[in-house]
Amino acid sequence: MQDQYLLENRAGDAPVLETSAASPAHLTRLKRVRWREWPIEMLLFGAAGFSILINVGIVGTLIYESLVFFRHVSLWDFLTDPLWTPLFADPHYGILPLLCGTVMTSLIALAVAVPVGTIIALYLSEFASPWVREAIKPVLELLSAVPTVVFGYFALLFMTPLLQKFIPDLPGFNMLSAGLVMGIMIIPYVSSLSEDAMQAVPMLLREGAYACGANRLTTALRVVFPAALSGIGASYILAISRAVGETMIVAVAAGMQPNLTWNPLKGAATVTAYIVQVSLGDLPHGSIGYQTIFAAGLALFLLTLVFNILGHLLRRRFREVY
Amino acid sequence: MADKLSRATLVKPSSRMAAKAHLEPVENLFMNPEAAPAGHVCKASVRNLNFFYGNNQVLKSVSLDFYQNRVTALIGPSGCGKTTLLRCFNRMHDLYPHTRYEGEIILYPDGINIIHPDTNPLEMRLRIGMVFQKPNPFPKSIFENVAFGLRLRGVRGSLLQDKVEAALNAAALWEETKDRLRESAYKLSGGQQQRLCIARALAADPEILLFDEPTSALDPVATARIEELIISLKSRVTIIIVTHNMQQAGRLSDFTGFLYLGELIEFDRTATMFTTPAHPMTQDYLTGRFG
Amino acid sequence: MREMDSYIARSLWQDRMFACLGVLCTVFGLAALCALLVKLALDGASRIDWQFFFSYPSRHASRAGILSAWVGTLVVMSVTFCTAIPLGIAAGIYLEEYARKNWLTHIIEVNIANLAGVPSIIFGLMALGLLVYLLHLGQSVLAAGLTLGFLVLPIVIVATREALRAIPTEIREASYALGASKWQTVWHHLLPYASGGIATGVIIAMSRAIGETAPLITIGALTFIAFLPPSPVSPSPPFLSLDWLHSAFTVLPIQMFNWVSRPQQEFHLNAAATGLVLIVFTLSLNALAIIIRYRMRRRIKW
Repeated sequence: MQDQYLLENRAGDAPVLETSAASPAHLTRLKRVRWREWPIEMLLFGAAGFSILINVGIVGTLIYESLVFFRHVSLWDFLTDPLWTPLFADPHYGILPLLCGTVMTSLIALAVAVPVGTIIALYLSEFASPWVREAIKPVLELLSAVPTVVFGYFALLFMTPLLQKFIPDLPGFNMLSAGLVMGIMIIPYVSSLSEDAMQAVPMLLREGAYACGANRLTTALRVVFPAALSGIGASYILAISRAVGETMIVAVAAGMQPNLTWNPLKGAATVTAYIVQVSLGDLPHGSIGYQTIFAAGLALFLLTLVFNILGHLLRRRFREVY
Repeated sequence: MADKLSRATLVKPSSRMAAKAHLEPVENLFMNPEAAPAGHVCKASVRNLNFFYGNNQVLKSVSLDFYQNRVTALIGPSGCGKTTLLRCFNRMHDLYPHTRYEGEIILYPDGINIIHPDTNPLEMRLRIGMVFQKPNPFPKSIFENVAFGLRLRGVRGSLLQDKVEAALNAAALWEETKDRLRESAYKLSGGQQQRLCIARALAADPEILLFDEPTSALDPVATARIEELIISLKSRVTIIIVTHNMQQAGRLSDFTGFLYLGELIEFDRTATMFTTPAHPMTQDYLTGRFG
Repeated sequence: MREMDSYIARSLWQDRMFACLGVLCTVFGLAALCALLVKLALDGASRIDWQFFFSYPSRHASRAGILSAWVGTLVVMSVTFCTAIPLGIAAGIYLEEYARKNWLTHIIEVNIANLAGVPSIIFGLMALGLLVYLLHLGQSVLAAGLTLGFLVLPIVIVATREALRAIPTEIREASYALGASKWQTVWHHLLPYASGGIATGVIIAMSRAIGETAPLITIGALTFIAFLPPSPVSPSPPFLSLDWLHSAFTVLPIQMFNWVSRPQQEFHLNAAATGLVLIVFTLSLNALAIIIRYRMRRRIKW
């Protein structure tokens, strides 16, 4: 609340321009200053407004190019056809197989990142000494700084051979390995943001639990975790959004064959991997095959948009609590 | 002698003695709980307590007794160490790094030293409840807030229901909340939240209840209700209350300790101290000349 | 009494078990990072030599190199730098110091938040439709640099805003009290004080851009480039040429992707070596950012 007040106060003109003494010479100088600085403000505003242009560009391009696609394929077929074979002689344009790949790899990734990330966050926030916390957090964050194509290499040539030792008939391209490595990549998104949320829980609340005779685990799970829940939820949402939009790991390690299967040991194409596959090919711009990537992209954009809005709402609720 | 307590003196023990204090307790008159004034039973004795934040000594050789079913107030200007002393009782300082206790706080009847390194802080917190400066209900329902400490002890089923109801009754909150036990505790007003915190502490049947300026965040009406409640609780539990409000200390307490800069300046019956303080500094503080 | 003892024993045991679990998970994360680095180093280190850095890609794995890739990364990054940094810092200053609290500001903020959450490949699709075909930039260094610039713009904006927000209001009031105008206050006081935080954000943004692959594949970066972009300086007037902006290009991550997608194992070694170069780049940039942040926190205490 106070922050907002400061922001508003600061957001007005500089106090000196509003309240200075009324000597006319002084005033003209001030007016000159204000007039001279007007272009600067406009320039800065332009830079800020540019983000709107980018968004309009994204939405506009996706819709405009998708329209070309939807002129040939009905929305109903797009959403319900179980086959995605746009490059075959008998083309089918059902998004389901691609979505299935995206959902499967994302679920595997979340199955790794959510528990591991949450436990790390609880450990660093409630158990570890501040010194350990300050040292570990930035190192873990390096995990999300590694280029994703490098993770793809790691999934294909380290994780898959490793898994093949336990599951001998695992194919070289499979969703399990890609999903696991993707999970490792998004651990820091969960752990860092959840830990921030837990740190924001007032110490007074923890003291209340400890004063009742609770141990660290009970305090962490039954008091700190629920108190930080919306922030933790926002970190999960961000992780989902990253997993859904992740491209290179799945393109390298999960294969590029659209495959409507819930078996994680099989290879499958995700929405993102399909876009990469078409981009690498030599389909001409404007052909129906080429336009499919915009339709797929639009589906992906809408999916992540839902998660972004959800995360935004959660974060706002989180800010309201304290 | 009967009504007159030996006064804590300003004489400091040598620092060597203080450092050794937790190893070899100093034998003196206070070690004997029988030394309590007539009709009083000693519940806890603080002996030569030193407390450090890093290298900063916050409590300097504090010694005083707390009597069963009595309210003892700790007063003094801010920064005098009264809250620090209070938080030694349930080992709250253990939650933070670079803190160190010396001396002893003996809890009767079993004579356990609360601040001994071998004493488990959890045990002390199970036996000694605390109410904080600001109401700090957990982000749970009213019922779950009170049940928190009970669930830790494995209380379940109808016994849990009964104990929660009893605690809410004791905290004079039952009538207001009996129809909304499942609602979030944050829906209560500030004064109700503080009474909920008292109920939470009472539910576990503590031997001592610590109050750390429990009304500093409340309006006068809510304050009055809390004060009434504290007086009514005297029959069940020993109460130690830190307050910056001298009128409050006068209204509530049977005994008062006055601390200044980490030292106990004077400890006496509240009535005696407020009318005829023995130490000039106490007099100055009580008359508002500083603090 | 016995109940209390068993409760205490159970509590301590629970705490110890969870602490072990926490250490285990943390070690798992760190071990994954180590495994990644070790795997890359084991596979790729043998391929790293001068010849690898100064050769073009080739059909023969042992003769192939990453010259066009790292030069491509360098030129694309220079465009990205020139796009994202001025735009991002200016937008950050506007939102933090100038913007009034109205619906327009709110819309801008929502847009930036949305940009930060859009998958990178969507930026590629936008660039493909808008920059490559509509604005006829082609599959060029310029299009690629702009795409990545837009992609990391939110990182720079957020870092700038946070750095400015950390400066206490008193500093602004002190400057205004001396009769400075708004822009003078920003330019002479706020920007210098915020420079550490902004630099951290810029470094993180560039490290992110260096590793990005998907949007560049989407706009049609070629994977086999056996030439360098034309030099920006020419011997004849006007001496400076912008032809390099319109050149075709490849970058390190795309080169790596190309090699890792081939079935032959020799190319995988090349991919590992490229990955090693890439990861050394990005991790040292991140380490630099961590160091700046750490030293800043120690130096400035408001």
